Amino acid sequence: MAEKVIMTAAEMGRALSRLAHEVVERNGGAAGLVFLGMRTRGVPLAQRLAARIKDFEGVDIPVGALDIGLYRDDLSNLGVQPKVQRTDIPQDLFGKDIVLVDDVLYTGRSIRAAMDAIIDFGRPRTIQLLVLVDRGHRELPIRADYVGKNIPTSLQEEVQVRLEEVDGQDEAVLMRGEVKAP
Amino acid sequence: MTAPSLTRRHVLDLDDFSAGEILHILDTADAMKEVLAREVPRVPALRGRTVVTAFYEASTRTRVSFELAARALSADCVNLNVALSSTTKGESLLNTVRTLRALGADVIVMRHSQAGAPYLVARYLNICMINAGDGAHAHPTQALLDLYTMRERLGRVERLKVAIIGDIRHSRVARSNLWGLAALGAQVALCGPATLLPRGPELELLPTVALTTHLEEALEGAEVVMPLRLQLERQQSGLLPSLREYRELYQIDGARLARAHPRALVLHPGPMNEGVEISTEVAHGAQSAIESQVTNGVAVRMALLYLYGHGEVSDVRAP
Amino acid sequence: MSAPPEGRGLLIRGGRLCDPARGRDEVADLYLSDGKIALESAPAGTPVLEVGGLLISPGFIDLHVHLREPGFEDKETIATGTQAAARGGFTTVCCMPNTEPPTDSRAAVEFILRRAATHGAIRVLPIGCITKGRRGHELAEMGELAAAGVVGFSDDGSPVADSRLMRQAMEYSRAFGLPVIDHCQDPALSQGGVVNEGAVSSRLGLVGMPAAAEEVMVARDIALAELTGACLHLAHLSAASSVEHLRRAKALGLPVTAEVTPHHLALTEGRVMGVLGPLPHKLGPLPASAYDTNAKVNPPLRTERDRQALLAALRAGLIDAIATDHAPHTLVDKECEFDDAAFGISGLETAAGVLLTLVDKGELELTTVIAALTAGPARLLGRPDLGALRAGAAADLVLIDPRAEWAVEPAQFASKGHNTPLAGARLRGKVLATIYGGHIAYLDPALEMKGAPLA
Repeated sequence: MAEKVIMTAAEMGRALSRLAHEVVERNGGAAGLVFLGMRTRGVPLAQRLAARIKDFEGVDIPVGALDIGLYRDDLSNLGVQPKVQRTDIPQDLFGKDIVLVDDVLYTGRSIRAAMDAIIDFGRPRTIQLLVLVDRGHRELPIRADYVGKNIPTSLQEEVQVRLEEVDGQDEAVLMRGEVKAP
Repeated sequence: MTAPSLTRRHVLDLDDFSAGEILHILDTADAMKEVLAREVPRVPALRGRTVVTAFYEASTRTRVSFELAARALSADCVNLNVALSSTTKGESLLNTVRTLRALGADVIVMRHSQAGAPYLVARYLNICMINAGDGAHAHPTQALLDLYTMRERLGRVERLKVAIIGDIRHSRVARSNLWGLAALGAQVALCGPATLLPRGPELELLPTVALTTHLEEALEGAEVVMPLRLQLERQQSGLLPSLREYRELYQIDGARLARAHPRALVLHPGPMNEGVEISTEVAHGAQSAIESQVTNGVAVRMALLYLYGHGEVSDVRAP
Repeated sequence: MSAPPEGRGLLIRGGRLCDPARGRDEVADLYLSDGKIALESAPAGTPVLEVGGLLISPGFIDLHVHLREPGFEDKETIATGTQAAARGGFTTVCCMPNTEPPTDSRAAVEFILRRAATHGAIRVLPIGCITKGRRGHELAEMGELAAAGVVGFSDDGSPVADSRLMRQAMEYSRAFGLPVIDHCQDPALSQGGVVNEGAVSSRLGLVGMPAAAEEVMVARDIALAELTGACLHLAHLSAASSVEHLRRAKALGLPVTAEVTPHHLALTEGRVMGVLGPLPHKLGPLPASAYDTNAKVNPPLRTERDRQALLAALRAGLIDAIATDHAPHTLVDKECEFDDAAFGISGLETAAGVLLTLVDKGELELTTVIAALTAGPARLLGRPDLGALRAGAAADLVLIDPRAEWAVEPAQFASKGHNTPLAGARLRGKVLATIYGGHIAYLDPALEMKGAPLA
């Protein structure tokens, strides 16, 4: 399968730094923020963003992990159930500004599931969405508040984000050749 | 480790589960336990699915555990009231299940007093069948919750020394635990009066275990001690001279537990005959995990419903 | 082939005649005339059936079948049961008295004989009850039953638990010279049991019947035979330990005989788990076909060791007869939970195939099998006119292709009982025709009239 690098490690680092600043700027500081990374790769991304904000703001932002397996609306079509892991919410979400962090934004269905999950834990003040890559093809009225990079794709392509913590290296690639329904 | 095969239709016993698949279930149960700890313990994973509990043998505990599991996953849960249903009008088991399926059941959770009843249903009807205990044969969900509790409390199951004590011969809990414990690499000793133990040759088709009538031998170094419920009718049918003698020889009390490993965990599949197979001090003591077994039971059953309670349903008659 | 024209007889030419009663096993012609085996040579013009390569045996005799009529006609009738018997090569069957009402009165015996005469495809010999209503309390009127035509006494299915009553039955039966046939099983030891007790029962969580339950009854009955001098026939032996008691009884010269079923000779307890053939040392997951109620039979299928002991006993001549214990049941009786399922195998139509497959595998000699299906049971019944190809005797015989392979298809059975653990099994050895009293009782479509009338 043909593979094209669309984001190098260096570009990813710069994008995350910019995103960290955007989040703080948009929220007028870091107080009241909670980062929820979507498993699997959203979690290390959220941790990296929190670390960067700690560097320039000196504030510890709580980071949690969200598994949306139990909230998906496509379970019965999959045949085999996706592995679910623990959801780990660091504190009461009531009145907080949640930044939901994911690697790739595509149809928007995972985000819909994630919002359902968050609301099960309490009523935050806002939910914002941060993604490293937005590849388009939304099926729901969902948009990201913070985007690392917009990559126009076709339905036959796949975007894969690889992270040091999970995959051993940082990069985002575009893969072709596999026909995949959204 | 074998890749978990999660395409199965049925949970009939643990004899066909690999270590990988069991661990996958236990990991999934971990996530379910988090859900159960929430203020509103409910997720939409099985919305629109119907789980029917059909208990041909009374067991409020297991039935309620399954119903809570199904509800926590937002499934519709229907209890077939066997005592009032057409089974008392002489309808066959297969016809009852055919009807339930026609009414939209996706999963049947069945408890039955006869060994093999879930196999009968699984053979003829293509519907997800979860065995909630069949006669003296198997009780896979109980074994899984035991394994889960062992792993949660002791950090592993591999190489654990497990002593199962009591009426092994008639115990579906013991049989299913043997398969699960063997798959995960534990060492098992079975102990009880000879009338309630299988004879050596009767274990030929089961995983390897140590067999003893001496409690001290079984407890020596045991990290898990699992006394089984003693059915009072065993005494009536002449397998035991008296409950008093059973208590004297096999009851797990504080002094006896002290012979086991210092951090030994006490499990009991319930319901307990406190003062018969287990003393009150042990049942409610520091080493007892009996209460957490109950919560873990719901989490494990959620994991099973989530993992296997999905497939599409069509009528396939076995050849 | 149509029925041989009356009066002109039939010459069966070129077959291998296997007639253990007369010590014959040779290629020879057989002339049938007037429904009898004829002494003289066939006259010119006699129709000829060329059967080169086929085996000809005296019609088989089954000491132990359940025809179910009266009372359980949904399971079997005398008509369907005897048709099944004819397909299996049997020309005589002895039917067990566990009908409703049981065969414990002259009227019940006469009913069976009358139905057999009008609806039966072959000869039916009734067996009468030992005790009234098969309840095990009071002796049945054995004298009246004997006068009405029973060939033995049995409470089959219900062992006679009361040793004193059994003693009395055996003493009383001596006056009529008929055997008492016991289903040997200690009811207390086998209580609640549905399979053999051992590795399989433990694996499946089913209640087992120990081999000892049979053994203790065999030992008791032999002791009573010694005490009373009565003829004792041990039905469907299943356990190796029983054979040892039989050996001792025969060595003492006691009037004790025994039978074994084709399923106990061919199958073992693994069938209940859906395992075909010998059990592996360690069994992994249960096959999807576990808890096969069609393998639920009483006495239960036992271990390979038991099977080998039965084969050896048959080879050694300790066991006198092979009997099917044909026990037909409806689908509803079997398609249910294991404990609830009825005991029994529909065995008449597979017996010859199963036994000849054992011959093919070298586990039994052909003459041993034929003797146990013909001369053995005839001797036991005191009927020298049956089970032999004697000149002047009724022309009861069976034509067999010992090499024909076929698959068991219960749906094709003549019996109403499709309950067999052998569905789909491939057997070697097939009954092609059964002739009863000179008439064709069964004819396989594969067999054709070949050969011109005798010149």
